Amino acid sequence: MEPTVSFFSGFQPSDLWFLAEAAWRTLLISVLSISIGTVLGVVFGWMIYEGKWPAALTLGPVLDVFRSVPLIIQLVLFYNFAPIIGLNLDPFLSGVVVLSVYCASLVANVARGGMEAVGLPMRRAARSLGMSYWQDLRYVVLPIGGRAVFPSWVGVALGVMKDSALVSVLGYIELLKASQILITRTQEPLLILTLAGAFYFALSYPISRYAATLEKRWAT
Amino acid sequence: MFDYNFHWRPVMKSLPDLLEAGLVTLQVAALSMIIGIVIGLALALIRMHMRGPVKWLASAWVELARNTPALFQLFFFGFGLGAVGIHMSPYVIVLSALSFNCAGYLAENFRGGFQAIPDTQLRAARSLGMTVWQSYTRVIIPQVFRIVYHPLTNQIVWAVLMSSLGMLVGFRELSGETQALASRTYRIFEYFAVTAVIYYVIVKIILGASRLLAARLFRY
Repeated sequence: MEPTVSFFSGFQPSDLWFLAEAAWRTLLISVLSISIGTVLGVVFGWMIYEGKWPAALTLGPVLDVFRSVPLIIQLVLFYNFAPIIGLNLDPFLSGVVVLSVYCASLVANVARGGMEAVGLPMRRAARSLGMSYWQDLRYVVLPIGGRAVFPSWVGVALGVMKDSALVSVLGYIELLKASQILITRTQEPLLILTLAGAFYFALSYPISRYAATLEKRWAT
Repeated sequence: MFDYNFHWRPVMKSLPDLLEAGLVTLQVAALSMIIGIVIGLALALIRMHMRGPVKWLASAWVELARNTPALFQLFFFGFGLGAVGIHMSPYVIVLSALSFNCAGYLAENFRGGFQAIPDTQLRAARSLGMTVWQSYTRVIIPQVFRIVYHPLTNQIVWAVLMSSLGMLVGFRELSGETQALASRTYRIFEYFAVTAVIYYVIVKIILGASRLLAARLFRY
């Protein structure tokens, strides 16, 4: 009998570890980008809110570009542009930069909405009580406006987490890229894709449900 | 620092190809929106008015579409269904994944819209002698449409942006065409920069058109 050579090998327990590591990388890049993006986005949102028309004319359209161009194009563009200006970034860093800016452009809108949700009389009252501008922001605008837009922020954050799958085009081995690699080797796409999908779902579903519950509770 | 020579000529030469691919993008986005609206409407109504397995299925559809990455859904329609013997062309893969995704998101929008219409409207329409079908198509849905008009516009933009994922399954829409052309000339940055501009223009045209349409539709 001829020995048969197989290019493919079945799904092994060690592959689960490979997937878990990739899931960890998905988490890492998501949490990092969402954190940086949120801080940046709140600052941008505040600038647009307070800066009136000069900020709305300069910063607004720039952020709008990041919302109007597919993320995958942004990733490829930045990854190929960085070496031109002498930056040598690995896929992970490029991914973090692009995802953070993308996240910031979305959060800026949310943050501005939150600041607009706090009525001017409330702000004037705070200032009349002797609060400084920053105290007003910290103790009045943040709790009230933050609550108003918290559910939208969760939506944005989860969106960025899901979009982090696109960093795979740069060669960063996150969960979906890892499952693609495994599929090529094991030829068992259904099993592996189900595992990967279940991970995203298990992360996203409870958080979005929790945000919806909070929204309902705060609405009353 | 800047020792990179930009070569725009090959890009400009293939601009007609890119614009043609842009039409493919628009086509697949528009089709997926139409399918998504029909299915999304059905899913919303099923989730509100039915019980049992049908409702569970509809809920599963909506939650899966909303809580997993679009790229995962694309891979599932591509590789996952391929494993069980359903082979589709890249066009059909992208179209079905996009429609699946859009239907899920739109179902939630429609549900919100339906919930904003008081129950009394349906009862009033019924007592005026309208059939259920009539009261929905003549009374309820026109009002819902007005409420979901803005989210609907956003969803069209999302569909256009998401269709760029077609690049990863070998579909020659705007991004896929760009990648194919870029890898032939190695002018990756230039090609993707032009593509980004085209996406931006497409999105702006859609938003402008929807604003014009809104001004016409919602005059009274």
